Amino acid sequence: MQQSISSQPAAPSTSKQDLKPFLIVGLATILWLAAYDFIQPFATWLAYGWLALPKGSHLGESLAFFFYDVPKIILLLGGMIFLITLLRSFFSPEQTRAWLGGKREGVGNGLAAALGVVTPFCSCSAVPLFIGFVESGIPLGVTFSFLTAAPVVNEVALVMLFGLFGWKIAGFYLTSGMLIAILAGMVIGRLKLERYVEDFVWQIKVGKGANFPEKPAWKLRFQIAWDSTKEIVGKVWPYVIVGIAIGAGIHGYVPESALVGILGKGAWWSVPAAVILGVPLYSNAAGVIPVVHALMEKGAALGTVLAFMMSVVALSLPEMVILRRVLKPRLIAIFIGTVTLAIIFTGYLFNLVL
Amino acid sequence: MNIKILGTGCPACRNMYTDVTKIVARNKIDAEVEYVQDIAQILSYGVMSTPALVIDGRVIMIGYRGPTKLEQALKESVETVLS
Repeated sequence: MQQSISSQPAAPSTSKQDLKPFLIVGLATILWLAAYDFIQPFATWLAYGWLALPKGSHLGESLAFFFYDVPKIILLLGGMIFLITLLRSFFSPEQTRAWLGGKREGVGNGLAAALGVVTPFCSCSAVPLFIGFVESGIPLGVTFSFLTAAPVVNEVALVMLFGLFGWKIAGFYLTSGMLIAILAGMVIGRLKLERYVEDFVWQIKVGKGANFPEKPAWKLRFQIAWDSTKEIVGKVWPYVIVGIAIGAGIHGYVPESALVGILGKGAWWSVPAAVILGVPLYSNAAGVIPVVHALMEKGAALGTVLAFMMSVVALSLPEMVILRRVLKPRLIAIFIGTVTLAIIFTGYLFNLVL
Repeated sequence: MNIKILGTGCPACRNMYTDVTKIVARNKIDAEVEYVQDIAQILSYGVMSTPALVIDGRVIMIGYRGPTKLEQALKESVETVLS
């Protein structure tokens, strides 16, 4: 979950100036809602009216799916990333560090997981952030809950799950992600793994100089949210297109229930297999989720494919490499192992419950 | 004037450094610009998210917000120094 906020003093402005950003955002919202309602009829017309493909044909089904989901996902991403970044502008790593200070295990892990979801931080800041937290007395386990929640509950994944599967599944993802973070943090805390943190970390003195970035004015918040939306959507849209194209192909051409045998609920071994396959892979959620959605339609169990998605998105090699600067290999291994087991467990849980 | 960009090597951090160097040259600001990657130094400013802009020991900006905002911040700092 990635962004940072600058410390800018709020610019003085007249009351008319104050309203302008809100009016712009309001107008944009109305346009967004109109566009969103328009997509389904547009997609149906494009595939069956303009291209005149026969209904129920493989190509017709695939293209209708594609024409519907691509603009829908991109609109959803744009709208929700904007809102999420806006929400995140109220949080900062510095503030989180202050809130987590002094909290003991349990409560601390829960709070850390929640904050890990909403605090904006770039994975390149993982090292200073880790050291900053640990040095100010936040227990190692609590810090890990924070560090795990951030990538495990990925905002792009959340939006896409909501868009393709509905709020219930998105909600489950959010909750299970936080539970995984809490669990991983508590395990690491319990095992007393402080000795596997690189020694120099304990020598560093963290200054008080920076304090918290000043609260930005609303106009700046909107600006930051918009910048972030442009950046993320700009980075992710090719993956969305490819992912949905593959999903559309599966939707239109793979027969129903084709995958029940290997990925269905009955194939109990498919959960750990999917997760272990996913760990070394790293992909953008945008690419993986549409494929997951299509697989599910063809009989793959929801828990299995969601677990696969989580393991692909949550554990990234680049972040592990960055964390190697402050964590000894054994701790990294335990971390990866704990998160993997937690995801497998979640996969089974989902298969049972959903 | 002493300008430090605190960064950990990610693209945004490098961008801030390049931008600041260009702005300083373009506006002929009398300042030395350093790119600090040492974690201990970064943390000594109490900064946990990178990049951060430090001018004469004070943290001015945390996070990369684009060259325009940087130019604004740098010009303001120059005025403060001169006044």
